[in-house]
Amino acid sequence: MLKLKDLQAFYGNIQALKGISLEIQEGEIISLIGANGAGKSTTLMTISGIVPAREGEILFKDKPINKLPPDKIAALGISQVPEGRRIFPYLTVMENLDMGAFLRNDKSGVKQDLEYVLELFPILAERRNQAGGTLSGGEQQMLAISRAIMTRPKLLLLDEPSLGLAPIITKQIFEIIKKFNKESNTTIFLVEQNANLALQVADRGYVMENGVITISDTGENLLVNEDVKKAYLGI
Amino acid sequence: MDFSYLGQLLLGGLTRGSIYALLALGYTMVYGIIELINFAHGDIYMVGAFTALIASTVLLNYGVPHLAAIILAGVAAVIYSSAYGYTVEKIAYKPLRNASRLAPLISAIGASLFLESYVLLLQTSDFLPFPALIPNFKFWAPYESLFSSTELVILITTIVVMILLTVLIKFTKIGKAMRATSQDRVMAALMGINVDRVISITFIVGSAIAAIGGVLIASHIGQINFYMGFIAGIKAFVAAVLGGIGSMPGAVLGSFVLGLSESLFTGYVSSDYQDVFAFTILVAILIFRPSGLLGRSENQKV
Repeated sequence: MLKLKDLQAFYGNIQALKGISLEIQEGEIISLIGANGAGKSTTLMTISGIVPAREGEILFKDKPINKLPPDKIAALGISQVPEGRRIFPYLTVMENLDMGAFLRNDKSGVKQDLEYVLELFPILAERRNQAGGTLSGGEQQMLAISRAIMTRPKLLLLDEPSLGLAPIITKQIFEIIKKFNKESNTTIFLVEQNANLALQVADRGYVMENGVITISDTGENLLVNEDVKKAYLGI
Repeated sequence: MDFSYLGQLLLGGLTRGSIYALLALGYTMVYGIIELINFAHGDIYMVGAFTALIASTVLLNYGVPHLAAIILAGVAAVIYSSAYGYTVEKIAYKPLRNASRLAPLISAIGASLFLESYVLLLQTSDFLPFPALIPNFKFWAPYESLFSSTELVILITTIVVMILLTVLIKFTKIGKAMRATSQDRVMAALMGINVDRVISITFIVGSAIAAIGGVLIASHIGQINFYMGFIAGIKAFVAAVLGGIGSMPGAVLGSFVLGLSESLFTGYVSSDYQDVFAFTILVAILIFRPSGLLGRSENQKV
């Protein structure tokens, strides 16, 4: 479904991605783990067209997308929950969800998805008329995921959904990510520093270091891989 | 104390405030979305007045009735000014979208000088008489000496424009996209919003409102020249900063506060120093309340 071929990207003069290649099949959950500054978020921002790809290619359903502007990439069905959640702080919860459905014209489908996410996260229904910026971190993460679901994505990019959240909420959010993947067969590309959790939910995983991918294997195998254990699992 | 004099000053202040509001909205909308002080905005208003003068002269020559002439001239001004606003953004600001903040600011001053010189060369440096297009309404005759029909039209138009703009921003899809873009441009793009188009629409809407202000003030004062946008633009900018730049209710509030206090200052203190007064207010806000009356302080923007 998504294929990165020798992808290179820069921030100014600093090379953040030094030739990334990876592949994601439809319906999979793929985790990309690595330390701070390894280039994980840049990978997602490059897929979404925010950071330009200087070299290499991004294929979505066998078509190159790396020359498209971000809004056209979103229109293809690639939705991102970026790092730090980026809730629109002065829009209400409902308006934030509306923005997720910005490109959609199927009113009944939008209504259906709205009911679905409010069932997934009942707290959002309670907070529906509150400004997004006034929600707690966990609620904002729920809203960010819901907003992305409202786009009815084919590929969902999740950047650090566990960042800054209490362990119990993190666990709850990961369960919902898995549930959503199963129920809707939506492909999920998950970027995480919390390697343990990320590899548990993943079908396959990639390990990233300094802008290159160093290891790739199934989630299970990575969890018992000696190098991964030492570097990322703290065992 | 002479209350009728005070009343007159307050009514005059309302008219001033209305015109400032029509201009300040454009400043604040553009600032809200790309954090740029669009110094060419006052000149867009001037272009609107000139367009209306040309259009109404032609129309009146052909014997079109006054009321129809002002409406058609107003429409022409709105279309023309919007096209200028759109073009200025495309030529002077869009190429600098990712440059340092100073670059588009200098470009804005350049765009302002360009528009002024362009009208100066193509038209004239003299003041041109502008026909009083708004007739004195019969039903308003008893109040005409206090608050003219033209002033009444200015006030009502301003209120209608504010209501329409509020509906646009609050309830329509493009309005929500504008708010989302102003709060987080990257996230808006990730949601599939064409950010460049939203910015263009913001310039078009702001310019259209400025053009309405230009036509109204021209037919109120009765003369225009190529430089009229400069002082009006700076005053409206002061009003927008006073209200809290980036905030639309703030721009309207700031405009009326500035209009009324300027009018009182002119009436009771001195009309020679009215511009000094406006800039004194600007300095005072920047010292004591830099985020303005209704502005959000920057650190709230996560």
